[in-house]
Amino acid sequence: MAVQSFGRTVSGTIRMALAAAAIAGGLTGPALAQDKVLNAVPYADLRNLDPVWTTAIITRHHAYMIYDTLFAMNSKLEPKPQMIGDYSISDDGMSYSFTLRDGLKFHNGDPVTTADVIASITRWEARDNAGGALANATESLTAVDDKTFELKLASPFGLVLDTLAGLSGPFIMPEAVAQTDPFEQVKDYTGSGPFVFNEAEWVPGNKVVYDKFEDYVPRDEPADGAAGGKVVKVDRVVWSYLPDPATALAALQTGEIDFWEAPPADLLPVVEANPDTEAGVLDPFGLIVILRPNHLYPPFDKKEARQAMMYAVKQSDYMTAMVGNPDYWQECPSLMMCNTPMETSAGGGEIMLDSDMDKAKELMSSVYDGETVIVMHPTDHPSGPTALLTADLLRQMGVKVELQAMDWATLTSRRSSKNAPDDGGWSIFHTRTGVGSASPISHSGVAAGETAWFGWPQNEEVEALRAKWAAEPDQAKRFAIMEELETLMMDTAPFVMLGQITSPSAWRSNVSGMLSSPVLGFWNIEVE
Amino acid sequence: MLGYILRRLLATIPVLFVVSVLIFMLLHLGPSDPAAVIAGDFAQPEDVEKIRIQLGLDRPLYIQFGDWILGVLQGDLGSSIYSDMQVSALMMQRIEPTLSLTITTISFAILVGVPAGTFAAWRAGSLFDRGVMMTAVMGFSLPVFVLGYVLVYLFALKAQILPVQGYKPISGGLWPWLRSLILPTLSLGMIYVALIARMTRASVIEILGNDYIRTARSKGLSTPPILIFHALKNAAIPIVTTIGVGIAMLISGVVVTETVFALPGLGRLTVDAIVRKDYPVIQAMLLVFTVAYVLINLLVDLSYSLFDPRIKYQK
Repeated sequence: MAVQSFGRTVSGTIRMALAAAAIAGGLTGPALAQDKVLNAVPYADLRNLDPVWTTAIITRHHAYMIYDTLFAMNSKLEPKPQMIGDYSISDDGMSYSFTLRDGLKFHNGDPVTTADVIASITRWEARDNAGGALANATESLTAVDDKTFELKLASPFGLVLDTLAGLSGPFIMPEAVAQTDPFEQVKDYTGSGPFVFNEAEWVPGNKVVYDKFEDYVPRDEPADGAAGGKVVKVDRVVWSYLPDPATALAALQTGEIDFWEAPPADLLPVVEANPDTEAGVLDPFGLIVILRPNHLYPPFDKKEARQAMMYAVKQSDYMTAMVGNPDYWQECPSLMMCNTPMETSAGGGEIMLDSDMDKAKELMSSVYDGETVIVMHPTDHPSGPTALLTADLLRQMGVKVELQAMDWATLTSRRSSKNAPDDGGWSIFHTRTGVGSASPISHSGVAAGETAWFGWPQNEEVEALRAKWAAEPDQAKRFAIMEELETLMMDTAPFVMLGQITSPSAWRSNVSGMLSSPVLGFWNIEVE
Repeated sequence: MLGYILRRLLATIPVLFVVSVLIFMLLHLGPSDPAAVIAGDFAQPEDVEKIRIQLGLDRPLYIQFGDWILGVLQGDLGSSIYSDMQVSALMMQRIEPTLSLTITTISFAILVGVPAGTFAAWRAGSLFDRGVMMTAVMGFSLPVFVLGYVLVYLFALKAQILPVQGYKPISGGLWPWLRSLILPTLSLGMIYVALIARMTRASVIEILGNDYIRTARSKGLSTPPILIFHALKNAAIPIVTTIGVGIAMLISGVVVTETVFALPGLGRLTVDAIVRKDYPVIQAMLLVFTVAYVLINLLVDLSYSLFDPRIKYQK
């Protein structure tokens, strides 16, 4: 109360003094712009602008602002046409014909043509996992004319539309830009999406500005996830990077920002208690949290040790340590993301829900030979607490553990080392992965061949089932293959599922139209 | 004097070279790899390797260092690994907020700290003196971010008269610029007010005990001229040294304030670069900070002769 009265006193006195000073001195700044501006704080700072060059999610957010996609996932993860107007599939499923819809233009006024599309797909296929799988199955990708192109398959691939609608692209760039080496950043940020990147006002580490693209032609359907009509209802979107959560919270409370993508869980009660602010989950799928062992070195080169980890973990412990509030996490007895079509507990994924330490010790002792297990502990990453729990479980199993604290940047570098754990390598790391883990093709943890992710599992059966799954066009048959794959993976334990989390966002009460989507889109949003 | 300045400037060359080598080696001997950070969480190992090659990070260290130092000698500080922007352009984007905050903070600290310290020295042992010293101890002890949050709570959230965060360039108007700097200046300035007030008090007390002060009093001079023209001027050297060190520290050390108030300054640029292992930015920023330290120290040394004519810089 005393603070409030102090505040009022200060407010009255100083406000008058400052106003008087400003008027008397003629010091007021330029007139306020009349544009409708949405001030947002994304979860991270945008540093790289090329969604092919990096897999960073913040760059994907940026890509959805300025680029358009051929297809897009709706809120149920179903692929829907976006830049494509009409398309047809041959009866044998080996040939696809796509026609671009009318009115598509780049930000520089040039029309979008099939030459742009083919160059963009080609560049994206060179880097994207799912795109690479499509490229391997493709016989030819050719332009019929400026608006129509054809894709002919060399081998069956049932995921053509899903892949083209993938959350990580392909994003359509002008042909000249898309001809950039996929391992170099593009330097021209011309897209055909609903917003134009304002390069002149970009301050890396601080601010990104997007202007409404006046010539953008939205689809007629209502917006749904990343699909549907992207109707822009503001003139500008400004992303400000506020690294300090307390500052972001205060800025949201005073109305200096309208939207905050990822407030920490401990600040949500403040947001919810304030009548001017609201919180809610926009990405209904969220992230799965996984434990990844290094398959190259003992003891995790043997499946018994990896299985021991599956028996040892109790997902609710991990989720409580990492998130806390049970509104924002759930157990997941599947190695694929839960609440998605491929979720299955075939193979007995329930063992990861509750700890069976006796079984875990039995399995571990059958293969453990006294090696020191190095658990990488990223102290600046949300997955940090999971490393502490894993280290504790390993100690309970009688394993010699070295918990090595490091920052996330160091972890991402260290995990690429194939050296032995005591020679700069590692044994275990933990991470989070998004809706890409709804498919065994794009799920980083599943691949078990030449393209295997860090940890490098090798299993020809897994690879054969992945290929079979990708080739199957029928959803029911695909799910049956998935159950077979899940059962195999529960035996080989390429990684351990630790649970699934959602991240709430916060916004001012005068902001409406947020979409339920794994993609953060700023179309459809209104600011009163 | 000119010879002295030239000698000092020439002496900075080996300092800068040693600093450059140290910075470069320390950064590249660390375990982090920017290629892995750039590639992202879900990149394939071979993609990380290709990015490393594309960035030239696979080359021997001496070649990387040679390329970098050659660029620096030609005025090219390199480009950010992440944004691909020239480091010099990034610095130009960030220099205004940092210089603005440095100027307002040091001005605030001098305008408050020097009079408070002088007056406390004149009334040493009085209630005012004890009050100033107590405030100075608090100013030292209170972390910048704590004071920052308290000020935000009082003046932005409760009174709603000042912004929580952000920087308004001076080109947008003097008042919006000043308004965006009031809270950062107050929270950062308290430490420097405390530092300068204590240094001023100690120096002035020492001077006030000298014979020439007694002479000045006995010939009938009033207190203000004695304090300003006799005591303060003769106590100026340690005060100026403190202010100079303060400016140098401010240029590179305002990270916390810039973070709390979301000011896009050089401090945040440097820390963000360190977190991401953006080598060219880190190397360039530390080099610039070193030059700033050297130049400010030189200016402080040169200013001594203004306050004490006995000090002369020989050839």
